[in-house]
Amino acid sequence: MKKVNLICIGCPLGCPLTVEMEGDQVLSVTGNTCKNGDKYARKEMTNPTRVITSTVRVTGGKLAMVSVKTASDVPKGKIFDCVKALKSVDIPAPVHMGQVIVADIAGTGVPVIATKNVDAC
Amino acid sequence: MKEYDLVIIGGGPAGLAAAVAARKAGVESILILERDNELGGILNQCIHSGFGLHTFQEELTGPEYAGRFIDQVKQLQIPYKLKTMVLDLAPDKTVTAMNAEDGLFQIHPKAVILAMGCRERPRGALNIPGFRPAGIYTAGTAQRLVNMEGYLPGRNVVILGSGDIGLIMARRMTLEGAKVHVVAELMPYSGGLKRNIVQCLDDFGIPLKLSHTVVDIQGKERVEGVTLARVENGKPVPGTEEHYPCDTLLLSCGLIPENELSRSAGVTINPVTNGPAVNESLETSIPGVFAAGNVLHVHDLVDYVSEEAAAAGVHAARYISQGQSPAGKEIPIRCEGGVRYTVPVSIRPQELETDAVVPLRFRVGNVYQNKRIVVYAGETQIFQRKARVLAPGEMETVNLKASVLQEHGDAPEILVKLEDA
Repeated sequence: MKKVNLICIGCPLGCPLTVEMEGDQVLSVTGNTCKNGDKYARKEMTNPTRVITSTVRVTGGKLAMVSVKTASDVPKGKIFDCVKALKSVDIPAPVHMGQVIVADIAGTGVPVIATKNVDAC
Repeated sequence: MKEYDLVIIGGGPAGLAAAVAARKAGVESILILERDNELGGILNQCIHSGFGLHTFQEELTGPEYAGRFIDQVKQLQIPYKLKTMVLDLAPDKTVTAMNAEDGLFQIHPKAVILAMGCRERPRGALNIPGFRPAGIYTAGTAQRLVNMEGYLPGRNVVILGSGDIGLIMARRMTLEGAKVHVVAELMPYSGGLKRNIVQCLDDFGIPLKLSHTVVDIQGKERVEGVTLARVENGKPVPGTEEHYPCDTLLLSCGLIPENELSRSAGVTINPVTNGPAVNESLETSIPGVFAAGNVLHVHDLVDYVSEEAAAAGVHAARYISQGQSPAGKEIPIRCEGGVRYTVPVSIRPQELETDAVVPLRFRVGNVYQNKRIVVYAGETQIFQRKARVLAPGEMETVNLKASVLQEHGDAPEILVKLEDA
């Protein structure tokens, strides 16, 4: 059994959580003062995910970069793979908000989409 | 130059929301003046998500949130001028501005909405000793360089100040391949949101050192390192110095409303917020000049900026249609017991529609637990709410009912304070 300490992000209270783990199984969550803390801790310990935001280069646009995000959350462990995969991407202007930039980022099955319009210059 | 009834200075989130609301409230003739080359303001460089949860019930990135309002401004065909710098606002509301197309020009609007936002506190305002080498940036400048221009300002980074922009940039620089060694915070608590501390620092193993500050910057041409020390009672403790070799120091040490134009117009400034002192209509000491967003007081969430600015737009529309500011008894609002300031600073109860609600926004000066937020009109308690936790990083809002305020229209003052629960 191992103990992991987390800080709950559910509200400004920021409860210090202690999670007892046996392998991949959550045995107990303590330190939370509401049920959101328990839920957050279990998700963080079993399947932590994040929406990743970054930028990619634009060619022939009014701006040098366009902001992008993963269309849904991806496993936390894939963050660096996703950002690295975006490094080699150049997208020609014009770029439209919501446009798919990469169909499947780093084997996650999740597309990366533009979050901004960039007009051609 | 064509004349306009309403000039909005600033095309960021406040200016956009004010313009949309003013048009919907019936103002035909509106002009937005924006100094950058696109609308959206600081949201354009805030590429992270977390915006709009209150307004749109979904989590948007900064550019997406701005896009929603820019689309509305375009649909409503509200004119705007980009790359246009407002040079002066006169007490009679004459706006002097310039750009490359029109040259220097003046507009004489009936009403003005101040929506200039805020700026970051720079190194020069922080009293950090040492040389002035390259490699010292405010977090927002670094954010612009990385997210909009496509440059990485450094590879080995120390961040001073744990405001949200600093935390966000700790993650962003890390993702872009830099090593962020530490975030130092002068205060014993972070000024940033918990969520950002977890997702921007803890996720990447970046240490946050509370009660620490930079006591020396090494390097003459380029930053070569910084020295941190622990702080007690506002003074660095000798013997606690730690040296961090680095090439970049980012500063996230607070935001200051940008009120040069307000001051030139003679608008009364609240020394606590550094923003205009406004009444319940968000009207400054000059009738017909309104203020909203971060120029008024620094907000924690952009959703509240949009909400406040929309109210300013509606009040400006009323001023324009009536041609004057209503005269009514003005009750001053005082704060004490942990409440640092309130916006507005006064209320004219008779001016309110009976079913209206006046949002009273404020921040506290320390971290408090198990308090009650209490509002008195004269001797009478007119509002109270339990607050389990209050922190300086979070803005609080208390909604006062106009009907209740009108019942106490003779009160000499309204008092907002924290009491033990």
